[in-house]
Amino acid sequence: MAKKFKCKVCGQTFEADSMPEKCPICGAPKSEIEEVTEPSPKKKKKGFDTNGNAYTIIYASIMVILVAFLLAFVASSLKPTQDANVVNDVKNQILTSLNIESKDIEGDFNKIVKDMLIKDGELVEYDGKFQTSYSQELKDGNLHLFVATLEDGSTKYVVPMVGRGLWGGLWGYVALNDDFKTVYGTYFSHESETAGLGALIAERKFQTSFIGKKLFADDEKTVALTVVKSGQAKDDINKVDGITGATLTSKGVAEMVTTGLQKYVDAFKVQTASSEVDENIPDVEDYQNIENIQKED
Amino acid sequence: MSLFSKENGAVFTGPLNINNPIAVQVLGICSALAVTSQLKPAIVMGLSVTVITAFANVIISLIRKTIPNRIRIIVQLVVVAALVTIVSNILKAYVYDVSVQLSVYVGLIITNCILMGRLEAFALQNGPWESFLDGVGNGLGYAVILVIVGFVRELLGSGTLLGFTIIPSSALMENGGLYLHNGMMTMPAMALIILACVIWAHRSINDKEK
Repeated sequence: MAKKFKCKVCGQTFEADSMPEKCPICGAPKSEIEEVTEPSPKKKKKGFDTNGNAYTIIYASIMVILVAFLLAFVASSLKPTQDANVVNDVKNQILTSLNIESKDIEGDFNKIVKDMLIKDGELVEYDGKFQTSYSQELKDGNLHLFVATLEDGSTKYVVPMVGRGLWGGLWGYVALNDDFKTVYGTYFSHESETAGLGALIAERKFQTSFIGKKLFADDEKTVALTVVKSGQAKDDINKVDGITGATLTSKGVAEMVTTGLQKYVDAFKVQTASSEVDENIPDVEDYQNIENIQKED
Repeated sequence: MSLFSKENGAVFTGPLNINNPIAVQVLGICSALAVTSQLKPAIVMGLSVTVITAFANVIISLIRKTIPNRIRIIVQLVVVAALVTIVSNILKAYVYDVSVQLSVYVGLIITNCILMGRLEAFALQNGPWESFLDGVGNGLGYAVILVIVGFVRELLGSGTLLGFTIIPSSALMENGGLYLHNGMMTMPAMALIILACVIWAHRSINDKEK
């Protein structure tokens, strides 16, 4: 009985009664030849031409429909969990900007933070759905301000902001003391900055370097707080060191912080004017800031 | 054929050393540059690629006889893309922190040449179990190189490993010491050079064994 052999060198199949000494087509040695034992491919196809146009089109359509349904199912069944995660994460970011490391994020957030809106210079309670992205909100002129009452009784104001980095969006929260002039804490994050470079803005080391910095330089109209090239900030009260090797991301953060805070300046003035009854409070705040800075060192 | 035969063992261990996807086949270099500036993303990326390569290999291997030859690349791409989307959705729902950390990298797995390379070269010709082993082997082979490059880059570039400080800050020049972090290490170009060194070492060791 003739057996089928295949030469691994030239890829040809041929028939012979026993293993030949070399390939009759290209002359490769015996070691390169193997016996083909599979049943002939025709038998497997069962009359189906897997290369035909009709088959290809039907195959592709079915595959696409199946995958579409599968993905739609997965996405919609996981959506509630994902949304809850996102809300939780945003709340955690706001708490982080207040220098709070929380285990029970939901509980702590509800206890400490109040979601407010600034309307015509007035602070009003925001009663809509909790927002996880502020880019649209800010465009619509809804200036959100989170009012936090800390355990020691002091009040901090968290300003949400959005900006653009090198590769994608940036966002952040800057917590201010109730003099509206000093940074109490910050949180920044990004969509897709370079890992190890621009992505470092999401680390506490960079974020805590804002603590104690002042918003304004000379006048109280223009926000002067900014990020400069690494190593140039020194002890300047308005400047924060950027990240080495991530100039564009640092610039993005600088712009975000400056323009983001600028939008609130007018509202801040109204607030400070109305709350400047008790003059002792600013001193206490300043003292706490000094303490904070020392801790960071 | 037994599940753990010698051939299957070779299918699994081959890509870890003598047939390493990065060092020998030189596949998947692009992502090796992008995610290795720190060790942690490198590890997670390596594991994600392992999982996805293994499952994509199994699925393609199961349907390999039905795939029309002319659109096989598209079929492979659809399978990989679907898997990556599912994995990233699951990560978002159940391990949100990790998914935030990986951000774009999960999506980048779709474009990883190792996946397509293994599907084309192995899964289309072999059974599901062998394909699974091949996928796991190649994924781990990839992960090993990523971890080596990530280790060197994070240690020399920022003096930390997995975020823990290894080189004490008192040894730094800015604090009066003698040591300076090599900022070059955080640049993608250095990953290429380290990778080249790894390939060099790998080849010279293997040549000696022969």
